[in-house]
Formats: sequence, structure tokens, C-alpha cells
Amino acid sequence: MLKVSTAPHMFAKQDTNAIMKDVVIALLPAACVGIFNFGLTALITIITSIASCVMWEYLTVRYLLKKPSTINDYSAIITGLLLAFNLPATIPVWMILIGSFMAIVVGKMAFGGLGKNVFNPALVGRVFLFISFPVQMTMWMKPNWHDFFNRDIQTGATTLGILKHIDASSSATSLTHGNPDISQIPDYWHMFIGYTGGCIGEVSALALILGGIYLLIKKVITWHIPFYYLGSVFLFSSLMWLATQDIKFDPITHLLSGGLILGAIFMATDYTTTPMTTKGKIIFALGCGILTVIIRFYGAYPEGVSFAILIMNAFSPLIDKFYYTRVYGTRKK
Amino acid sequence: MTKTFSLGGIFPKKYKITSEIPSKDAGLPEYVYIPVKQHIGTPAKILVNKGDKVKVGTLLADADGVISADVHSSVSGEVIRIDETEAASGYFENMITIKVQGDEAEDYIDLSQTLCKEIPETPQEIIDKIRKAGVVGMGGAGYPTPIKDTIPQDKKIDILIINGIECEPWLTSDDRLMVEKAEEIVIGAKILNKLFGIQNAIIAIDENKLKAIDIISNITKRYVGVNVRVCKTKYPQGGEKQLISAITGREVPSGKLPMDIGCLVQNVGTVFAVYEAVMKNKPLYERYVTVSGDMCKTPQTFKVRIGTPISFLIDQCGGYDEKTAQIILGGPMMGNSIIHTQAPITKTSSGVLLLSNELSKRPTPTDCIRCGKCVDSCPMGLRPYLIGIYTRNNLLEELKSIHAQDCIECGCCAYICPARIPLLDFCKLAKIELKNKQGK
Amino acid sequence: MITILFSNVLIVGGIAFLSALMLYFISKKFSIKENPVLDKIEKSLPGANCGACGKAGCKNFALACIVSSREEFENLYCPVGGAETMQKVAKILGFKAPKKEPQVAVLKCNGTCDNAPIKLQFDKIISCRLANQISVGQTECPNGCLRLGDCVKVCKFGALKINEKTLIPEVDESKCTACGACARICPRGLFEIRAKGEGGKRVYVACNNKQKGALARKNCKAACIGCMKCAKICSQIQIKDNLSYIPSDVSAEKYGEELVKNCPTGAIILKNAQSKKEHS
Repeated sequence: MLKVSTAPHMFAKQDTNAIMKDVVIALLPAACVGIFNFGLTALITIITSIASCVMWEYLTVRYLLKKPSTINDYSAIITGLLLAFNLPATIPVWMILIGSFMAIVVGKMAFGGLGKNVFNPALVGRVFLFISFPVQMTMWMKPNWHDFFNRDIQTGATTLGILKHIDASSSATSLTHGNPDISQIPDYWHMFIGYTGGCIGEVSALALILGGIYLLIKKVITWHIPFYYLGSVFLFSSLMWLATQDIKFDPITHLLSGGLILGAIFMATDYTTTPMTTKGKIIFALGCGILTVIIRFYGAYPEGVSFAILIMNAFSPLIDKFYYTRVYGTRKK
Repeated sequence: MTKTFSLGGIFPKKYKITSEIPSKDAGLPEYVYIPVKQHIGTPAKILVNKGDKVKVGTLLADADGVISADVHSSVSGEVIRIDETEAASGYFENMITIKVQGDEAEDYIDLSQTLCKEIPETPQEIIDKIRKAGVVGMGGAGYPTPIKDTIPQDKKIDILIINGIECEPWLTSDDRLMVEKAEEIVIGAKILNKLFGIQNAIIAIDENKLKAIDIISNITKRYVGVNVRVCKTKYPQGGEKQLISAITGREVPSGKLPMDIGCLVQNVGTVFAVYEAVMKNKPLYERYVTVSGDMCKTPQTFKVRIGTPISFLIDQCGGYDEKTAQIILGGPMMGNSIIHTQAPITKTSSGVLLLSNELSKRPTPTDCIRCGKCVDSCPMGLRPYLIGIYTRNNLLEELKSIHAQDCIECGCCAYICPARIPLLDFCKLAKIELKNKQGK
Repeated sequence: MITILFSNVLIVGGIAFLSALMLYFISKKFSIKENPVLDKIEKSLPGANCGACGKAGCKNFALACIVSSREEFENLYCPVGGAETMQKVAKILGFKAPKKEPQVAVLKCNGTCDNAPIKLQFDKIISCRLANQISVGQTECPNGCLRLGDCVKVCKFGALKINEKTLIPEVDESKCTACGACARICPRGLFEIRAKGEGGKRVYVACNNKQKGALARKNCKAACIGCMKCAKICSQIQIKDNLSYIPSDVSAEKYGEELVKNCPTGAIILKNAQSKKEHS
């Protein structure tokens, strides 16, 4: 019996599952660096985060929405991975459970599941934890390559924390004792390969860029968002740096430190929460860049990537409405 | 430098397995079925009766009105039936069935292979000859060529584009035609140049047809006013609007024709038919057809008489077994499923594809993940995901405002969609609905 | 402390009062005078905005009623609300309600699974209108039901559903309002809006196949073959293009059973034959 169907009769190999798998693969190098740096606790954090995200998704879909399970589409795994990447290694397990609940149930399933959420679920989870438990969320472990079982945990401030602190210490009263000074800022090479304190996934620029290149080759993402995001942050901080010659505006430090590269390659390129057209994506990325710089330089928090992306997520439906592709044949003469 | 269009486009796997294989004469089947309507417009008026003896090239049906084309016999033999007969879609169409007896041609046709270079003097003579030969656009739409050629006085055509681009996977009929009949095509282009008073004809070929580019660009050196442009291998480069934008940078406004911006696009097959009609007095009764696909045992490009049953060609390529899930008439991106394999090849059929279930099975749609790939791939700059949403909710005004009626149905969006949403189906539905609304 | 509280209450209360005043004046100044009759008519309409009357929504129909003259009003009819609604509207306007028989949609195809076996497999085609464009259909009947249910999707009253056994849609008489949406969307024009008939008893040809008898029978056992037997029973029945058509004024009471009995293929259907008998 011959089959009848409408055109087209062939399809691209890349389906949703393949895309999600590629993203997981692209995240692996950064995960490895995180585990290498922070040892067993990082591994536990990553596994807990993934497991709890998948669990929450399964529970909501099966028992709340009463639909067939959607955990096979890898999206919960990605959310879990990204959430873990945005957490410090020392975070207690119960906080991860709360964070993943916020990410999956509130950030994603409440909007209707994959493809319908407005905000990046992993960032929703992170920001919730960040605001609720600021102490635990800013306990940055120092990397130690020879101590996998975490026999000797030392904590310290992140690069951005130090930069922020310079600002504070320059004023008359110093707030805390034993503040780190500029000498504790790691050099560029250590920041690039990831031998520095911070969240599990954000430390190594090298590993993240490798993942990004993999995604570009697989055509999962386009170059626009990472380029314009990183570019705008670099541009604005160099302008500030040139104008003031102040080390806290050092553009390369800003590029390599904090969650900027993780955000630019993996969070700001999330399909669902970003605009659909190239033009819209560029505007989105520029907005993210400007907001990140503003929060980093003038905000209360040392890091602004997650807030910047979440704020721009809220704008992406609006951007989609006003910036779309030019229809063929409507060129103005 | 290779040229291409600016908006969208996709890169499907090429599968051009037959491009190196020389074409073969398919031979004569036992019966041919010649539809009286192989073009857009009114069906031709039947001139023959049951029992009549016909020869190759005998006029079977006469063009009825301006938008119509003559239909000629492709074989010699006896008319045994004039009735509704099943076409490839399974619908019944008026066809003339001829029982093949011998292979005798009408006297006025010049069957020799010698090249004629003497172009007739007056445009009227050319138009008459093209009209008499029943030439239609062989790219797929089947617009009768004579009316494509009679341009209103106020429209000035300054560029003739000859479409040698075969962007659909598998199909190689135009490729083989250009390799084997290169000089004839160039002379055909000269004829059309003369007809419209154009100085500039451009033969556009996509860059993976190295042999055709090589042969034709060598020949064009000897002919003034015919040039070759190489285009990027990208789907849908062969679309009329995309080709114009790639070659000239102009864009056809919505609802207008290429002639409104001074362009005219003709398929290479049509140009070859024009050459044969004008120089050899040969009506359009045969064409190149590719039989291919991943389930085809011996893929081959054939020179086929119009009206030959599709199954006759498939049998010559080793037939098909139960593994063949679909047989497609045309390319895999825009072609339609064949229901009835006894149906004939018409003037507009460019290929027959036997596809396996693995390749052609329609995947199950899942939720849209808003990846934007459909928007990036649309060669018309439309937003297919939005057309899908609006069509599902029947929002006709909104559909019109996002230019849903401009969709060229190339299928890029449905091909690329990772969520496997049948976006092209929604676009087609939107067009049906908008047309219905206009009709009211 | 008290003073702070007091001033806060004053300030907030003041803002609220001012806003209220503003809202009041704006609503007075920019209020749109609605025709009370229009409102009344609109309320008596079903409010489905289905467009069956030929107007864009119920409000437009109400407007058309108001501006119509006595003669023009005769031509206005809301098929969904039926005679009852039209009487109400007529009462409001002081006109006489146009008389129209209650109508219902009937499917002119009996290409069930048994009658017309599936010969081709549709691979996830989403709509009848598309399937009609590209192919003759699963049963290879060029005029028959495509079984993909565009009519079910378009029906706003839930009166249509695909019968899982026969695979063709069924009309639920109690829910059908004869709005005609199914007739408009069906690419093969298989729905006819016709009179319900006395006591719901009606007889019609459930076939739309215009092919010659033998061809039609090849694909469907219940196809009308244009044999003229029905035309001999009742002179009002016409055969055109190998297809019989029974006008709705052919009495089902009088001819129904005879027509069904004499149809060699079973293309003629008599609806509600049983219930009528119970009544009489």
C-alpha cells in the first residue's frame, strides 16, 4: 500500500531531541572543569541538581497535568545542568531541591512546559536561591586540583567580588575584616582555563568556548547572541576603562570572570526565552550586555548576568513583535 | 563569484546520483495516455476521434483561448479511447489513449541531429512556431509559453534569465539536458533574445553542476548576448523570485509578476523546447525525466515521450517492492505523492522518485520550542511559526497582515523544523482560506 | 506616629477620591449612546458569532435587523436560533417573523469503512482541504468523504464527530443548528443544509459521486450509480451527472420507504423512520 502525504517528503535530521543532546554534550567540558576544580562536592551538586529537575518535571507532568511524561526530551537535564553550573559547590543539597523546584515547576511547567516559558528556568532557580540564601550562595570555594575529596575547603571571594570590594574599600570605612585586595585577582591565564573561585560551571572560559564552538558547528546556535553580548560588555567596559584607567573596569577581566561566558553562550541563546529572528536576537544580546555592565558597575551585586538575561527574557515577546524579518518584495526603493 | 538570494534557504542533502549517467531513450510503451490539460488555463479542444490513426507530432487538441496550449501526439498509432482516465493524483482527467503502432513521424518535423543556427527574421514567426508546438513552462507550473512571451506594450523586459538550477534533491533532468543539448539551449536563448529584443540573456546554473557550467560557458563565448552565471547550491535557488533576486538584486513585489520589474525567467527545458519548435518544427512531445530515489534499483535519466505511463519508467529501473513507501512525482521538497502508477508523464513532470519509509515518513509533531529556524530558513522572509498559530486559530486578517499569501510553498520551514510541526501544511491552508475569503 | 498615619490616610484617600472623580467625568463625557433596541435584539440572539446568517457576528445581524425594512426583514434569518429567535426579534421590531422550516446538515456520503475500504494510507495529513488538493483520498472516491474531520473542527456546536467505526462524520441532530459552517469548509461540498422534515423524517441521497456507475461502484458499495430507479418512483427526483438528487420537498412520509427499498446500492437514506412510526 503506497503512502500519501503532503510535501516536503524529506526532513532535516536535527530534531528537538538531537538539539537537546548537543547542548548536553556542549556543557560536558565545563562540567568536567568544575568537578576537577571543586572535587566531590561539585559532582554531588551537579548530580543532585539534574536528578531533582528531572524528578520535579516528572511529578508535575504525571500527577499535576496528567499528561504523558516529557522527561525524555532532555530539557530537564539541561535545566538541571545549567542550574548546577550557576551554584557554588558548597551549597547544601536541600537548597538545590528548592532551586530546582523553582526552576522546573515555577519557571517552566507553570507556563505550560517546554517552549512556552517566558524566563530561562535555570536562571529563575538561581536568582531565587541567590535572593533567598545570599550567604550560602556566595560561599565561593577556592579551586584545588589535588583535593578531590574536599579534605580542606577554603573559601574566598570571586574576581568580581574583589573588584566590587575595591570600590567599597576606597571609601572611608572598610566593612569587613581581612578584605582581599587587588593582588588576589587571578591572572588572565588562570581565569581563562578556570583555576579560580566561582560557580561550578562558570569558571573555565576555555571549556565553555569549546562547548560554544561545538554548538556552532552543529548549528544549534548562531553566532549573533554570544558575539553581540560579549562584544557589548567588552566595548562598554573598555570605554569606562579608557576614561578612568581604573582597574575595576578592566575589560578582559570582565569578559573572563563571573558567569558572562556561560550566560552568553548557553543562557542567552536558549531558544524559548529569546527572540526568534536574527534582528531580534541582536537587540536582545545588546540589551543583555548593557544591563550586565550597568549592574556590575553600579548595582549592589557584583554579578549581573543572570539578572540581565532574565530582564531581557521579559522583553523578548515585545522584541519579536516589533523586529521581524523583511518580507521578500517589500523593499523600499 | 557565486550568486545567491539574501533571505533564508536551506541545504538539504543533494543525492544527485544520476548526474553522471547519460540519459537514455525510454523507448515506446504499449499505450500512451495524453491529457488534454497539461498546463495552467483552459483544457485544449480535442480534434481527433476514436479510431483515428495518428503520427508522432499530429495535433490532437487545439489551444482553447489565450491561456491554453496545443497538445500533440507523442507516438504513432491508433486513438482507442477518449475519456476520463486516472491521473497521478488519482483524480480523473480527460485523456486521449493511443495504442502504439510503429514509430512514424509527421513530415514537417526535422528529426535530424544537425544544429540549426539560422534564427527566423520576425518575432511573429517565432511566436507562431512556439505556439504551434504547444510549448509550456517545463519547470513545474506549466504556464503556456506563448502568453509568457506576449508581453504588454508598457512592460519593458531587459533581462532574460534561463533557469538551469535544479535545487531539488535527486532530480538531474535539467542537468543532463544542459550537458547533452548545451548548444541548442544557447541558440534557444538567442531566439528568445530576438523575440523580446533583449541584449542580455543569463543562463543560471548552480555550482555543483561542474560539467554543465564548463560546457555551456565554453559555448557562450561564441554567442553574443548569452552569459553564464554560477549560483550557490542552496534550496530554493531555482525558485523564480529567488533566482531574480540572486541574479539582478531586484525583488518581485507581492502580487506582481517578474515582467513588472523587467525580468523574464524560463526553464532550460522550455528554452530547449523553443529551439526545437522554432528550428526543427518539432512540437513538445518528449522531455527529460529523472527516475531516482533511495529505493530505486538503477536510477536513470530518461528521454521520455509525453504520455508514457510512470510504471513503464519504474519498470525499466528495476521496479519497486513493498519497501517503497512513497512514489513522488517531482522533487522531494515540492512534489506530490503518486497514487496511480499507470498515470502518464506530462509536459511538467521532471522526476519520479521512489522513497523508503525511513526517509519520507512524516515525524510526529511536538511542541514548538521557538528556535526560530523556520524564520531563518524562509526564502520569502515570512514567519512560518506565526502563520501556523494564526491558521490554527483561523485569524484571516492577521494572516494577511503577515503576508501569508506570499508563501511560495518551498517547504523549507517544514524541512528544518526540529519540532516537526507541519508548517508548510499550515501555510497552504492559510493560502486556501485567504483565497476563499477573497472569492466571496 | 499618629500624625504620620493620619496624613498617609489623607493622602491616599485624596488620590483615590480624585481618581474616582476623574473616572466619573470621563465616563460621562465619553459615553457612547447605544441603541437600546440593538442591545435587546443582540441579547435575544444566540451570541455564537458563527456567521451563518451571512453577517459578521451577531451584533452585525442585529444592526441589519434594525435598519431593514419590512420586506428586507423577511430575508434575514438566524439559522442557529431558528424560528423562535426570529419571532423574538420580530416582536421587538414589531415585524412579522419570516417562516422557515427548521433545517439540519446532512452528509451526502455513505463511504463508511465497510462500503468504501481504505486503499491508500494517509501519512499525517492534517486537513481535508490539503488532502483534497493532492490526492483523490484514501478510498479513491474522487467525490467522497476524506475522513480527516475539518468539519468536526469547524463546528462550533459540537454537532459533528467522526464515528470511530465508520470513520465518517456523523451529525448530531439535537445539536446541529444548520449554520452551514461544515458545508462551507468541506472541500468536496458533502454537506447539504436541508429541511429537517416532518417529525425529523427525511430522505436523501447519501452520495456525491459523479462518476459512471461501474467506476463509482469500484470504490464504494453504497455509491449512487444513476440507475434512474428512484426517478421512476417520484418524478421530482432528478438525475444529473450519474447522480440522483432528492429535493427536500419530496415527502419522506410518502416515498421514503419505497425509495430506500428500491435503491440497488443503498445510497438513499431515510432518517428517523422509526421514531415517526412510534408517533403515529
